[in-house]
Order: sequence, then structure tokens, then C-alpha cells
Amino acid sequence: MSAPAAYVRRDMIGPMPPPLAATGFVGWVRHQLFGSVFNSVLTLAGLLLLIALAVPTIRFLVVDAVWDGASREDCLEETLGRPVGACWPFIAAKFKQFMYGFYPDSELWRVNLTYGLGVILLAPLLVPRLPYKTVNAILFFGVFPVVAFFLLVGGVFGLSHVETRVWGGMLVTLVISFTGIIGCLPLGILLALGRRSDLPIVRMLCVIFIEFWRGVPLITVLFFATYMLPLFLPGNWRIDPLLRVLIGVILFAGAYMAEVVRGGLQAIPRGQYEGAMALGFGYWRMTGLVILPQALKYVIPGIVNSFIALFKDTTLVLIVAIFDLLGQLRAAFADPNWSTPVTLFTGFAFAGIIYFVISFAMSRYALYTERRLDTGVAR
Amino acid sequence: MDQERRQGEGAAAAPGEGVAPPMRTTRNQVAIEIIDLNKWFGSFHVLRDVKFKVMRGERIVISGPSGSGKSTLLRCINRIEDWQQGRVIVDGVELTQDLKTIDEVRREVGMVFQQFNLFPHLTVLENCTLAPIHVRHLPRRQAERLARLYLERVHIPEQADKYPAQLSGGQQQRVAIARALCMEPKIMLFDEPTSSLDPEMVKEVLDTMVELAMDGMTMLVVSHEMGFARQVANRMVLMDAGQIVEVAEPKVFFENPQHERTRLFLSQILH
Repeated sequence: MSAPAAYVRRDMIGPMPPPLAATGFVGWVRHQLFGSVFNSVLTLAGLLLLIALAVPTIRFLVVDAVWDGASREDCLEETLGRPVGACWPFIAAKFKQFMYGFYPDSELWRVNLTYGLGVILLAPLLVPRLPYKTVNAILFFGVFPVVAFFLLVGGVFGLSHVETRVWGGMLVTLVISFTGIIGCLPLGILLALGRRSDLPIVRMLCVIFIEFWRGVPLITVLFFATYMLPLFLPGNWRIDPLLRVLIGVILFAGAYMAEVVRGGLQAIPRGQYEGAMALGFGYWRMTGLVILPQALKYVIPGIVNSFIALFKDTTLVLIVAIFDLLGQLRAAFADPNWSTPVTLFTGFAFAGIIYFVISFAMSRYALYTERRLDTGVAR
Repeated sequence: MDQERRQGEGAAAAPGEGVAPPMRTTRNQVAIEIIDLNKWFGSFHVLRDVKFKVMRGERIVISGPSGSGKSTLLRCINRIEDWQQGRVIVDGVELTQDLKTIDEVRREVGMVFQQFNLFPHLTVLENCTLAPIHVRHLPRRQAERLARLYLERVHIPEQADKYPAQLSGGQQQRVAIARALCMEPKIMLFDEPTSSLDPEMVKEVLDTMVELAMDGMTMLVVSHEMGFARQVANRMVLMDAGQIVEVAEPKVFFENPQHERTRLFLSQILH
């Protein structure tokens, strides 16, 4: 019956490295992949699923694919005497249509110039280390849309007028999503602030606006903007069909964006408002300098989610006879010269890859921004 | 009703009273005047007929049980909290519904909160320069010089480029003090500045506040730090049930409190 031995450390010990089995590749595999029986089963099932999906995909896109050809004959199983994957010559033959729609050949440089300007202005904006952000932002968000408008539409400075009717493909997809994305964020922010306003009339109007646009499907909005709106406008007042769609998309996406931003605003503790007020900030400065930068940062995932959804939703303009990338694709399917069993799959694979690359890029960039702006949790 | 008040004008600080700095009050220089202030939260009567006058250079410590309205009273002084009846006059400006008077007063009154309320998306330096640049319209360079000066004064100049989340609670609270000082206020309000700090960090914040008091800043402090109160306050205020129950010099307050409620309160917190 001895007393429990008291143990008191006399010399403090420094930090020691963790045991080897807990770190490194072996540790990772053991703990993360085969930590328990259930884990091991999941790991193996996941691997099998991955193989089951990846193998046929690669076969279709690469191994069995036809790379050269001039017509449907080159993509037929009977001609080649082997199973046929993607028929890439079909994409090559229709590439111009997919990118520009029926924009006149002689004027294509205007579209390319617009793309070029956009990339030149956007790229440095995305790299945080580069200087002159304010000038850059003004050029990209303020000047570029105007320049792009005149370049693409023409009718001034000796540029011939190109009706939006002949625009199509990627051009339309990018114009609608770019305008929608640039337009819906400020609208969404204003609506979100309005919905949280102390002024009852402002609040009510914002609630009505948001709930209305969220309550109707985008297809209805597009349909209404295209076919019904002209009936309400005075006789000779004609708005360009693409413009009508753009406005519809901005209002629609703005309402969704408002709710995303509102979520961010609700995450801001009362103390932030009080801290700002005590320093003498008025409403707009407080909102712009203290509240919004934090609120928007919290909801970057939601914002980008909306952007990606909007980017893919643009394809609904097909319903009002505007031919975006997917619209052009479907039009090309009707071409008897390229009618093969794999044409449809090839086309959708192509469109899928383009949509995926752009959406994935947006998503990754957003993740990068999130990490960059992470200054630790407030409390 | 039974408010025993010692509206000791200029409340002559007893000479030789420990480390208490000398009063620099000029007669009739009223910093804050609160007249018959009444406030309700819904149907809860949180401030009841509060009358109080603070002279320039005074250091007032307000104490009392939780829910007694002491924080609310403090927050009325820069109109972060609205009230239903009564008047508040700060540095000769009466706070009204007019936003101009509110802005004017907030520019003259600095506030330090229990939860720091630093802006987490900005560095320490940016926290300190934001208001000077956008409210006082100082040029950025001048605002930064000012900020570094005050960060030096609260003894953390080396943390200027860190984010608040990278600092300890005590450091954050000192940044909050520096941030308020950067507006060069005439009056500083402290709302339980040490209540959310780890015990090891309370002292560094209190030391900073003592230094501020030594420099003659007009200070209103809601706090239960009685050691600090003894050292710095020239008047103690006890609030209970939305009323000021006792106002006295620290010596009298601690050694010979007049009101039963004060005696009870002190017996609760001084063990």
C-alpha cells in the first residue's frame, strides 16, 4: 500500500517530431485509405468505380477516336472496320460556327480582337501581385464593355453593322454570361442591402423584386422578354432581342445573387457595425469599407456557385431562338454530311469539355481567392 | 428616487491619493451632460431618469451588477444606442435625430469594446488608418504616421502588419485602443475592456489605460477592475436597476460607501 508516485517534471522538454507511422506517404495510406474495414471497402469500391468510368471515357475520346477526315464516311464503323469513338473531324469542320455562329467571315477579326482585349485586361486583374489594380479594374469593368459593344455591333467608326441575329456559338455564350456576371453582382448587393434596410418601403420593394424573380423560371423570363415585352412597348419601339435577353438574365441572376449576399451580411457580427459607427463612419462608408468586404468574402463559394450556374444557364436562350454554343451544336447535328452514330456524342463531349474547363477554372480561381483573403477567424 | 448623488463639481481629487494623476479640470468645462435619460428595450425600462455630468479630464469608473444599464448608458453617449426620453450633450453638442450631430459627436468620442470589434479583414495598421483616412480625410501617409505613433504608445508597433486574428486578446484590445486614439478623440469610452481577456492579459491593457489617464484623457470606463478603479478613477459610479445609485470618490466609495446597494455589491466582488 504505497502512496501513488507523484511525478513532477523537473526539466522542461522541447517539442519532438511525430512518430513516423503518422506522417509521410505510408502513414497517409494507412490512416486515410485503410484506416478501418469500412474505409478499406470504400477505398476499393471507389477505385473500381474510377476505373469503370475512366477507361471507356478515354477509349471514346482518344483511343478509338477518329482524328482526320473530310466527311461522315471517315467516321463510320463500316468504312474503318473497327469500333469508332469521337469523330473529331466533325468538330473541326464546324469549329467556326461553334465559336462565332454566323458572324460574317470578313469581320471575324472584330470578335477575336474583343476576345484578345478581354484576356489582356482580365489576366493581370486576376494576379494579385500586379500593380495598378484600380486602373485595370476601370479598364476592364468600365471601358472594355463599351469597346466590346461597339466592336461587336459596329455601325460606327466605319465598322459595318453586324446584327445580333447572326451572332452565335461561344460568342453568345460568353457575351451573355460575362454581362450577366458583371451585371448581377452589383444588383445583388444593392438588393441585399435594401432587404436589410431600416426603411420599410425600400425593404418591401426589394423583397418583392427578389421574390418575384426567384419565383419565375428563367425560361419564362426569357420567353416573356422576347415575345411578350414587345406587345407592351409602344409600336415602333424595338429593343434588340439579345439585349432583351441580357436584361432578363441580369435581373434574374441579380435576385439570386441578392440572397447569396444577404447570407454573407447576416454572418457579420453586430460588433463590426458598432465598431465602425463608433469611429464615425456613415452608412455607405461603413458598408463599403467594413461590412461588404467581409460579407462578400464569406460568400465567395455561393457567389461562384451562382456564376457557374448562370454560365451554364445561358444555354436556355436556345428557347428564344438565340444560338449559343449548345444551340449551334444542335444545329450542326442536322447536317446530313456529318450524320453518323457518334456525331451526337462527339458534339456533346466537345461542349462538355468547354463548359467544364471554364467552370472548373472559375471554381479553382475562387478557391485561390478564398485562401488569399483568409485572414483568420475573427473570434 | 433614492438616488444619492454627489454631483461634486470638479470633484477635487484628494491630493496624495496614491498614484492618481492630478485632475486637469478647468471649472465649468463640461465634457458630457446627461439629463433625465430614459430608455426602454421593448417594455424593459433599462435606464431610469439618469442624470450625470462629466467634467473634462475626469476619469469615471462605472460599476454595478450585470443588467444594471451601465453599458447601455455608455453606448448612449455616442448614440450607438438610441433612447426615448432625455438629453445627452457631449462636448457642447446635443445629440439629436440629426445625423450631423451624431457624426460630430462620434468623431470626438472614441470607444473600446469588450469584444474589441477590430476589423478582421484589415491589418492592424489598416484598422488604425481606416477612419482617419475616410472620416477625418487625412492623407494616407499622415494617417499611417499617426497610427504608428499610437501603436507605439500602446506598445505594439511591431504588430502593425499582422491581422487581428494573429494577435493575443490583450494585443487586440490595445490595437482597439490605438485605433480609437487615431481619431484623436476628446473623450474615451471603455465598455468592459478587460472582461473577455485571459487573466494574464488583463494587466497589459489596464496599464495602457492608466497611461492614457496620466495624459489627462477624459475617460468613462465600465469595469469591475477595482484595483484599476482605485488607481485611476477620480469618481466612482454605481449603477443598479437602470439608476445611478452612488457617485463618490474612490476612497469614500470603497471604504465608506453610503448606499446599502454599494456595500452589497462590493462585498460580492471583493473577496
